[in-house]
Amino acid sequence: MQRFSALSLIRHSLGGHLGWQPQWRSPEPKAEYDAVIVGAGGHGLGAAYYLAKEHGMRNIAVLEKGWLGGGNTGRNTTIIRSNYLYDESAALYDHALKLWENLSRELNYNVMFSQRGVMMLAHTVHDVQIFKRHVHANRANGVDNEWLTAEQAKEFCPPLHIGPGLRYPVLGAALQRRGGTARHDAVAWGYARAADALGVDIIQNCEVTAIRRGTAGAVEAVETSRGAIRTRKIGVSAAGNTSVVMAMAGLRMPLESYPLQALVSEPVKPMFPCVAMSNTIHAYISQSDKGELVIGAGMDAYVSYSQHGALHIPAQTLEAICELFPMFRRMRMLRNWGGIVDVTPDRSPILAKTEVAGLYVNCGWGTGGFKATPGAAHLLAWTIAKDEPHPINAPFTIERFRDGVVIDEAAAAAVSH
Amino acid sequence: MSANFRTAEDGRIDRSRPLGFRFDERSYQGFPGDTLASALLANGVHLVGRSFKYHRPRGILSAGADEPNALVAVRRDEARYTPNLRATQVELYQGLSAESQNRSPSLAFDIGAVNDRLSRFFPAGFYYKTFMWPRKAWERWYEPWIRAMAGLGRAPTLPDPDRYANRFAHCDVLVVGAGPAGLAAALSAAEAGARVILCDEQAEFGGSLLAESDATIEGKPAATWLAETVALLALKPRVTLLPRTTAFGYFAYNMVGLAERLTEHLAEPDPALPRERLWQVRAREVVLAAGAIERPLVFPGNDRPGVMLADATRTYLNRYGVKCGSRAVVVTAHDAAYRAALELHRAGVAIAAIADLRTAANGPLPEAARAAGLPVRPATTITGTGGRLRVTAASLAPLAAESDRRGAEPLTCDLVLMSGGFTPSVHLFSQSRGKLRFDGELAAYVPGHSVQQERSAGACRGVFGLAAALADGAAAGEAAARAAGFSAARARSFACHASGFGTGGIRSVLPNAHGAKAFVDFQNDVTADDLVLATREGFHSIEHVKRYTTTGMATDQGKTSNMNALGIVSEALGKPIPEIGLTTFRMPYTPVSFGILAGPSRDELFDPVRTTPIHDWATAHGAVFEDVGQWKRARYFPAPGEDMERAVARECRAVRQSTGIFDASTLGKIEVVGPDAVEFMNRIYVNAWSRLGAGRCRYGLVLREDGFIADDGVVGRLAENRFHVTTTTGGATRVLAQMEDYLQTEWPELEVWLTSVTEQWAVIAVQGPRSRAVLEGLVEGIDIASRAMPHMSVAEGRIRGVPTRLFRVSYTGELGFEVNVPADYGRAVWEEIFEAGQPHGITPYGTETMHVLRAEKGYIVVGQETDGTATPDDVGLTWAVGKTKPDFVGKRSLARPAMRAPGRKQLVGLLTEDPHFLLEEGAQILAAPNQKAPTKPLGHVTSSYRSATLGRTIALAMIAGGRDRMGEMLYVTTAERPVPAKVTSPVFYDPEGARLDAA
Repeated sequence: MQRFSALSLIRHSLGGHLGWQPQWRSPEPKAEYDAVIVGAGGHGLGAAYYLAKEHGMRNIAVLEKGWLGGGNTGRNTTIIRSNYLYDESAALYDHALKLWENLSRELNYNVMFSQRGVMMLAHTVHDVQIFKRHVHANRANGVDNEWLTAEQAKEFCPPLHIGPGLRYPVLGAALQRRGGTARHDAVAWGYARAADALGVDIIQNCEVTAIRRGTAGAVEAVETSRGAIRTRKIGVSAAGNTSVVMAMAGLRMPLESYPLQALVSEPVKPMFPCVAMSNTIHAYISQSDKGELVIGAGMDAYVSYSQHGALHIPAQTLEAICELFPMFRRMRMLRNWGGIVDVTPDRSPILAKTEVAGLYVNCGWGTGGFKATPGAAHLLAWTIAKDEPHPINAPFTIERFRDGVVIDEAAAAAVSH
Repeated sequence: MSANFRTAEDGRIDRSRPLGFRFDERSYQGFPGDTLASALLANGVHLVGRSFKYHRPRGILSAGADEPNALVAVRRDEARYTPNLRATQVELYQGLSAESQNRSPSLAFDIGAVNDRLSRFFPAGFYYKTFMWPRKAWERWYEPWIRAMAGLGRAPTLPDPDRYANRFAHCDVLVVGAGPAGLAAALSAAEAGARVILCDEQAEFGGSLLAESDATIEGKPAATWLAETVALLALKPRVTLLPRTTAFGYFAYNMVGLAERLTEHLAEPDPALPRERLWQVRAREVVLAAGAIERPLVFPGNDRPGVMLADATRTYLNRYGVKCGSRAVVVTAHDAAYRAALELHRAGVAIAAIADLRTAANGPLPEAARAAGLPVRPATTITGTGGRLRVTAASLAPLAAESDRRGAEPLTCDLVLMSGGFTPSVHLFSQSRGKLRFDGELAAYVPGHSVQQERSAGACRGVFGLAAALADGAAAGEAAARAAGFSAARARSFACHASGFGTGGIRSVLPNAHGAKAFVDFQNDVTADDLVLATREGFHSIEHVKRYTTTGMATDQGKTSNMNALGIVSEALGKPIPEIGLTTFRMPYTPVSFGILAGPSRDELFDPVRTTPIHDWATAHGAVFEDVGQWKRARYFPAPGEDMERAVARECRAVRQSTGIFDASTLGKIEVVGPDAVEFMNRIYVNAWSRLGAGRCRYGLVLREDGFIADDGVVGRLAENRFHVTTTTGGATRVLAQMEDYLQTEWPELEVWLTSVTEQWAVIAVQGPRSRAVLEGLVEGIDIASRAMPHMSVAEGRIRGVPTRLFRVSYTGELGFEVNVPADYGRAVWEEIFEAGQPHGITPYGTETMHVLRAEKGYIVVGQETDGTATPDDVGLTWAVGKTKPDFVGKRSLARPAMRAPGRKQLVGLLTEDPHFLLEEGAQILAAPNQKAPTKPLGHVTSSYRSATLGRTIALAMIAGGRDRMGEMLYVTTAERPVPAKVTSPVFYDPEGARLDAA
C-alpha cells in the first residue's frame, strides 16, 4: 500500500500527481473464498479488514451490488457517540468509539474524526429524568457523559436558543465530549484501501442473488450477478437490504426497513461547534468541515426500500431546527436525501451467528449504524473468524426477541411513555 | 470608478427610475428589472466572489439559477442577512446592500488566495492523505484551518423576524417553467378548460423569450406575444400564475413543492406580507418545461472573471441592456454562440475571434457571422486566458494534434464567450423517479420512461429552438389536459420566425488542457485533472468521483459541471458516458430556505398547546406549569415567597390532613362501548373484566405485544356494555391507536366502538380525608356515603345541575374522588368545589405533589418507574393479571424465558441513610461503595422526593432481584461519591390502606 503522509503528498505534488496508485483494485471474483462479506459499507469493508489483519484470513471477498460506501455509510449525518443507556449498548458503542479515536492512523487514511462533543437537549421533566439516568449509567459504565444546565448548554453551543418563547424550553443537556463527527465516505474508502492492501477482493456491481446451502444446512456458496462463488462463511452486513439477503438463506429477520431522510444547508463559515440533538422535538444538527449544516430528519412512517421520502419529514425537522436556532431560518437547504434503515423491535442491533452454519449477520442498526462502524466491523470479524461472538456482542443475538432478553434503547430514549 | 456598459436603449429595464445600490461598500446605479448581476455588469464590475477552495477571483458566469461563481450576501439588517445568494437571481431594489464572500481582507486582495499558489499541494482529496499526526493535531490545528478556509458566506446571527406561509393546492395541470414551451403548454391546457398552475423561478414569465431580440411569433415581436399571452392567461379564472416561484421538488403521487418569493425584490416590503410561501401542489398532470443549461468549456483559465457563457451575454444584452465587455473572444462547440456573437457585434462589442472547436463551422449561424465580417476560425481551441481580477487576453491555437500552448496566439480582450452546448434540465423529471435515457444524437440525458403523471416539453427534453419549443409545449399542454379528463381542441400551432438555434456541443475537457487549471466545477474548484486523478486512484463510479473530488456538490449542485465531469471521466476510463452512470438528482432544484419549509411554525405555533378548562384558573392562582406532551399541566401553586420544595410540602400536608383539589383533566379518556365491550377489554387489558359489576372500577394495565407495560389507568364500568377507560396523559393516543389497530385488523368481528373523550370531560380530583365532606353538599343524585359508594366505584349524577360521572378513586392513598364533568362546565364546577372546600382548607395542588403522594404509596408512573422494559411482575402488579383468561395482548410474550428469569429488576423503595439526602432520579445503584467504572449497576432510582409527611426523603428504584434484597444496604451514585441507602418496600405510607376510608 502506498503510504499517505504530508511528505508523500508533497512528493507526488512535484510529480504532477501522476504517481498515485489506485486506492483499491477492481478484481474479478474468484471461484472460492474463505469468507464472503455481503455489503461493502463501512461495516462490511471493516469486517474484511479486521478478518485479514487480526485473524489472518486473507482470501476474502466483499460483494457490493452498487458502489462501495454507497448505502447508509455515505448517507448518514456522521454523528459518533457512545452514551447509550444499557450496559450492553454502552459497551458496544464505546468499543467503537475507542477504535474511532485511532482510526485515521490505523488505516493511514484521514477519516477526520473530530471529537466536538455531542449534546442531547432535555425539554421536559421527563427528559431530564431520562438524560440524568444516562449520565449516571454511562459514568458507571466508564463512558463519559455530563449534565449541563441550559446556560452551560448555550455556552457550549452559542447558537442555541434557550430564552423565553420556546414552546419546549431547554431545561438542560447531557454532553458526551468524546462524541463528534467523522467524514463518512473516508471511512468506507479507508477501510477499502486497507483491506485491499491485505489482499481482500472488493467486488463492486456484484449483487448476491442466492445463498446455496449444503445438505447439512451449512452455507456453501453465494450466487451473484457475476457468477457463483463458493465459500463456507458468509457475513451479511447489508443494512436496509439485510432482510432480503437473509431470506435467501431461508431466515426471516426481525427487521423493518424505513426511509430515513437527512439534509444539508449551503456551506457557511464555522459557527456551530458541536453536535446538538433533541429527541423530544426531533432534530439533530452539526456543521461539516465544508461548512454545511448537516441535519438529520425523521423516518417516514411506512416501511419501504426506497431511498426517497416525503416532504413533510424534512419540513418538520426544519421546524424544530428553526425553533432551537431561529437565526437559521434564512439558511437554505441545499440537498436532501434518504437512506434505508433496518430497525429491530428493541432498536438495538443484531450482531451474531445464525442458526445456519457459516452464516453471520450484522444488522438492525437503525438510525445509528455509522457511529458503530469500527466496532461492528471488528466484532463481526471476530464472530466470523472464531465462529462465536466476542463478549461485547454476545448479547446482540437474534434469539433475544424469542427469549425476551431485549436491550431496548428505544424505551431508553427520551420518548415519553 | 465604474464604467458604463449599458446600451443606449432596449432591454426590459425601466430606465426612467434609477436605483441606487451598494456592493462591498461602493455605490452603484441600476434600474428596475435588473438583477444584481446585470447591474454590476452594467457598471463594468465582473469580480464578484472568491472560489471555495483556492479563493480564486471569480466573476459572473451565467444569467440564472445555474450560477456557480457570483455568490453574494444580501443584508437588509443583521436579522435579515442572507448569505450565498446568486447575484444572477437577486432582483435589484433601491438601497440594496450586497457584499462579497469568502475573502479577507477584501475581494480584490484575499489572503486565502495563497491556496491558489499552493494548489499543486491541494489536489482532490488531499485531506484524506495527511493531517493524521499527531493524533490531536487534526482537531486542534488542521480542522479549524480547513473550516476557516471553507464555508463561503457567513450565517446570520440574529433570529429572522420574517414570516413564512404555507399553502396546499390542487390543479389539473401544473406547468413548471414559463418559457415558450411552458407558456404554450399552459395556454393549451387552459383553453381545454383545465385548472392550471403555471410557475416560473424568474421575476418575469418568458424564459428565453426575454432575451429574444428579433424573433416574431404569430407575426408579432416575441415581447409583444409574450405580454399578450401572459395577459390572456391572467384573465382566465382557472389559471394561477406564480412568478418568482421555483418548483424545487417532485414527490410521490404527483406532489410538487413550489417555493414562492414574495418580498425579497421589494425595497420596503409590506410587513404584513410573508417573505416566502411554500406551495404543496397535488397535480393531476404535470408539464415540465424547465429549459436547458448552457455548458461551459473546460480550458485553462476558464474561471477568470469575464469568461462567460455565450448565451448569458445575450441575455444581459437583450434583456438588461448590458454589454458584458467591449472586446470579446468567442470559443464554442455549438452554433448558438454565433447568435450571441452576432448580437453583441450589432450592439457594438468588438468580436476579436470566434474559435470553433469543430473542424468545420458551417450552417446558417456561422455563415451569418462570416457575412457580418466576424473572424470565424474553425478547428481552433483556446489554450488559456490572461489577467488576474478580469480577463485581459485569450490564447487561441489551431486544433491540430501537434499544436501546444506555445503555438498559441494571445488576443487582447475583456470578455470571453464560451459555449459547450446545452444540457436539458431533467432535475425534476429525475426526482419524479422517471428513468433518464441517454440520447446518442444529442449526446445528452433526456427524459425516458415516466413513472408519474408528467411529461416534459421543450429544451428540457432536448427539443431546441423557438418554433420547436412552442409546438412541443402546446402538444404537451393539450396531452396533459386530455389526460386530466378535458377534451382539448387540437394543439394550436404558432407561426414563428427566429434566428436558428443550431447544433453542436462538447462535454469534456478541451484538448491540451490537462496539467493546468481547467475548471469543471467552478465553485468547488474541481479541475479536469482532479477528475482524472480520482479515476487514477480507483474511483470509477461517478458517485465516487463526485464524492472524492466534490464535483457537483457545490451550491449549484453541478448544474453547469455534471455533464462535463461525466465526459471527462468517460474519457479517462475509456467507457461511453451511459456506462459511467449518473449521480442522483436530489431535491431541491435550487436551495430553499429553512424558513419556507418550517413555515408558520414557531414559538407557540411550533406545536399546539393543549390546556385544560381549569388552566386559566390555575394561571390566575399563580401555578407554575410543566410540559407533558402537548399539555400544559400545573406543577405547583407557590404561595408568595415559596419555592417548589416548600409549596409542594404545603400541598402534600393539605391533602394528607384535610383536602386538596387537583386538575386531572389531561388524563386520556376513551369510551369503549358495544355488545362485545367486555370481551374487547379482556383481550386488550391484562385484567379480567367479566366479573366487574356496573358501577365499579378497576385499575387496568395494558401491555405491548412484547409483554412490557404500555400504559395504565382506572377503568370504570358504567353499564354492561359501556366502559369509561382512563389512560396516562402521554399515553392517550397510543392506547387508542393500539385498541383501534387490534379492533380493525385482528378482531373485526367484535362489535365495539371506541371514542376518544379526553377533551370532553374535565376531571377534578378531590383528595384527602375531608373530600367527602367537601362534595357532600354539591352532589345530586348520588349517595356518596362509604357504604353506598365504596372505594373504586363510579356513579352518574349531577353537581349543581351539571351532569357528572363521579369516581371514587385515589392516586394519593387518601379518601378521594374524581369528578368528571363536561369540559365546558369544568371551570365552573371546579370553582364551586373550591368554594365549598374553603371551610375545610381545600388546597389546589399540582403534578409535583401528585407525584410525591403517589410515591409515598408506592404507586407507579408508567414511563417513570417503567421504561418499556418492565413486566407487571417487575413492578409488583402481578395481582392485576387475569390468571384464567385465554389470551390478552402481551400474554404470550410474558411466557418467554427471560420474562420470568430470576434477577430481573424489581420495584422497591430506597431510604438513604441520611434522611435528608435527596437522590437524583436516574442515579445508578451499586452493590459496594467503592466500585470503580466500568461496572455494572444493579439498577436505578426511578423516583425521588422529599416527603413532608414522613419528614425525610424517599425513593423508588428498579433493582435486580430487588424484592429479595429488603433491608440490604446499597450505594447510589451522585455527582460525587456513592451514598448508602437501604432497600425497603415501595409503600412508605399507610401500607394497610386504611386511609382510603378514613374520613
